[in-house]
Amino acid sequence: MSYERPKLVKTLVDINYMLKEAPRKQHFITGAQAMAEAVKRANVDMAIAYPITPQSEVMHLVGDIFHQGHIKEYYRAEEELGTMSAIAGASRAGVRLFTATSGPGLLRGLEAIVSWSGHRVPAVLGILTRVVNAPLSIQPDNIEMAYMMHCGAVMLHAENQQDVFDMTLAAFAIAEKVDVYIPVAVATEGFFVTHAKGYVQMTSDELALTPFDSVASPVPAMDNETPPARIQRDAPVQKSNFMSYLIHAVWQQEIWDSNKRAMKYVYEYLGGPIEVLNPESEVFVVASGCAAAQAREAHRASQELGLSVGLIKVRAIRPFPVDEICAAAKNAKKLIVPEHNIIGWLAQEVKAAIPNGGIVVGGPRVYGGMTLPVELIMKEIHTALGLEFNLKL
Amino acid sequence: MSLKYVTPVAMFKKYLPKDYVELVDFGPFGKTQDEAGPGNMGQFKELMEEHPMCSGCWMAYYIRLIFASLPCPEETVTLGTAGCGRLAISQAAVPFIYGNYGDQNAMASGLSRAFRLRFPDKHKDVITIAGDGGTMDIGFSMTMHSWIRGERFTTIMLDNEVYGNTGGQESGMSPKGAVLKMAPGGKQFDKMPATALAKAAGCVYIVKMSPTNIKKAAKIIRRAIFVAREVGPTFIHAYTSCNIEYSIPTEEVFADARAQEKDRFQFEEYMTDAAKEVIDRIEAEEKAAHRAKKGVVAEEVN
Repeated sequence: MSYERPKLVKTLVDINYMLKEAPRKQHFITGAQAMAEAVKRANVDMAIAYPITPQSEVMHLVGDIFHQGHIKEYYRAEEELGTMSAIAGASRAGVRLFTATSGPGLLRGLEAIVSWSGHRVPAVLGILTRVVNAPLSIQPDNIEMAYMMHCGAVMLHAENQQDVFDMTLAAFAIAEKVDVYIPVAVATEGFFVTHAKGYVQMTSDELALTPFDSVASPVPAMDNETPPARIQRDAPVQKSNFMSYLIHAVWQQEIWDSNKRAMKYVYEYLGGPIEVLNPESEVFVVASGCAAAQAREAHRASQELGLSVGLIKVRAIRPFPVDEICAAAKNAKKLIVPEHNIIGWLAQEVKAAIPNGGIVVGGPRVYGGMTLPVELIMKEIHTALGLEFNLKL
Repeated sequence: MSLKYVTPVAMFKKYLPKDYVELVDFGPFGKTQDEAGPGNMGQFKELMEEHPMCSGCWMAYYIRLIFASLPCPEETVTLGTAGCGRLAISQAAVPFIYGNYGDQNAMASGLSRAFRLRFPDKHKDVITIAGDGGTMDIGFSMTMHSWIRGERFTTIMLDNEVYGNTGGQESGMSPKGAVLKMAPGGKQFDKMPATALAKAAGCVYIVKMSPTNIKKAAKIIRRAIFVAREVGPTFIHAYTSCNIEYSIPTEEVFADARAQEKDRFQFEEYMTDAAKEVIDRIEAEEKAAHRAKKGVVAEEVN
C-alpha cells in the first residue's frame, strides 16, 4: 500500500500578515478543528501524536492534514513521555514541531516537557484540558495547567474556537523569536471547546507561515551544520558542583527572562495578555479560558440589569500579566475569579499580582469537568455589590 | 558542509584553543579508519581524551573505542541518559544530547527523522549510548518501541550489570543472585534477554559481545552504524564491567572481560539479509580502497 503524499504549493507569508491582514472567511467548526486548521497553516515540519481523550481529535486531524501533504512528518509515538522526548530530540535538528495532550497525558509527559525550556525547544504544545485522576473522569477540568506553570513555557489560554485558531498560529511565531525560543502551550477546555462548534474567522489554507529558520536561534541546532561548531569538550555540568549550579542558575534565569520577553509578542500578535470590558467598574470578573466565556455572559447579564461590572479576560497565563492586572484593577473593590479547577490557580496568581489581595473572591469553582453556570458568577457579583440574589440552578 | 564546519578559517586558527586546532588537524575528522581508526589509537588525537571515569574503567575504554570507530564523526550526533557513560560521552568532541531519564531512544527517533527531513541526501549518524538501566529498565518502553517502529539509528548498551553512577544498585541486567544495593538477599530473577528482545522487536543487526578484541569491536560498531543508515534499527549489547561495584581489581579488568566472553557475553551476531547486503557492499568497498591505497604506497616505495 503505497501512497504518495501530495506536494502542496502554498503562498508563504509572515505571521503579521497571516494574523492581521490576510482575508478571512467564517467557518463553523470545533475547537479541535480550529487547532488543526492553525497547524495546517503553520508550515509545521513534524508532528508527533499519542491519543488521550479529549485531545485525540486534534492529533487525528493533524494526522489527516499530514496525509494531505500540509506537514512533512507525523507518527504515533509509544506514550506521552516518548512523544515529548521525541519532540525534544527532533528540535535539535532544527525543525518546527507540534504535539498535543490532555490531563494525565500531560503529567505523564511532564518530565520531558518541563525540560523543553532548558533545552530551548521552541515547540508548540496543545493542552486540551481534562481531569487528572483519581477518581477517573475524562471531563474538562484545567487543573493540569497548574503543573505547567512552573517550567518556563509560555502559556496561552483560549476562551473559544477563534482564540484556539489565532493563539495556535501566534504560538509558533512567539516560540521561535530569537529572544524567546522556549515552548509555547496553547490550552483550552476539553469538550467544551474541543468538541463544540463555534464561528471561526479563518485565513485561506493556501497560505502558510514562512518556514522554520534553524539558524535564527540563540542555541544552534545540533545538526553539525550550524555554527558555532560544538567540538570543544564542553561538559560544564561535569566539571564541578560549583559550575553545575552556577550554570543551571544562570540558564534558568535566562529562560524566565525569555518568558518575560514573550510579553511584547503577546501584545503584537494577540493584542495583549488581557482584555478589559467596563474599565471603570468597581467589581470585576477575572477569568481565563472557558471560564472567561461564562464570565463574558455574566458580564452581559449584569449590563442588562444595570449593574456596574467589568470583565478582565486573561489570555496569557505565562508570562503572567502582573502589571496589566494591577493597572486594570487599580480602583476595584472586588475581583471575582471563576475557575474550572478545585485549587483556584488563577485566583492565587491574581492575589499574588495585586497589592491588595484581600479583594479577590476565589470562585465560583467547578471541577471534575462540570459546566460553570453563569448563575454562580451572578451570585458572586450580587454579593460583591451588596445585593440579594436568589440562586436557582 | 560538515567537515568545513569543524575546520577553522586559516587566519583565525592562531586565536583558537590549541586543543581545538589540533583536534581538527590530527583527530579523526574527515579521516579514514586507516588514518585514525582504533587500529592506531595513541597515534592520533582522540575525540574523547579526557574523562572522569574510575581508574581501570572498562566502559571508558569502550567509549573511546566507539568514538575512534565512527565512520563519519563530523556527521554524528550521540544521545544518552543518566549514568556513568554520559560522564565520558559528554566530553567527546561530537555533539551529545542529554535528555531525561531513559528517553534517549525516543529523542533519537525524533532527531533521526528530522535529520532525514532536512538532509535527505546525507547520512547523519545518530547513536544512542546508554547503560543497562537507561536502555533496559527506565528506558525500556522507549527502547523497544523505537525498534518496533523500525527507527533507523544505532543503540549501544553499555552493560555493567549494575547502576554504577547512583552507587551500585541492582538492574534488570544484573545476573541472578548478584548481591547489590536494593538486592540485599541477591537478585531474585534472571538477567533480561536483551538481544532476544531486540530480535523480537525487529532490530536488523544485533551483536552481544565483550569487547576484548579492538579490531572486532570496531568492525561491529561500524557495521551497526552502516546498517542503521539504510536498513533499520541496530543494537550492540556490550559488556563494560564496573570494577568498583563488582570489586574487580584494576589489573584484573581485562581478564574479567575475557572470562565474560565464555560466560554471559558469549559472542552473538545476528543480521537480516538486507543488513548483510549493506555490510558486504561497504566492507568490499573499504577493502578495495585499502588495497588501492596500499598499491599507491608500494609504488611510492618502489
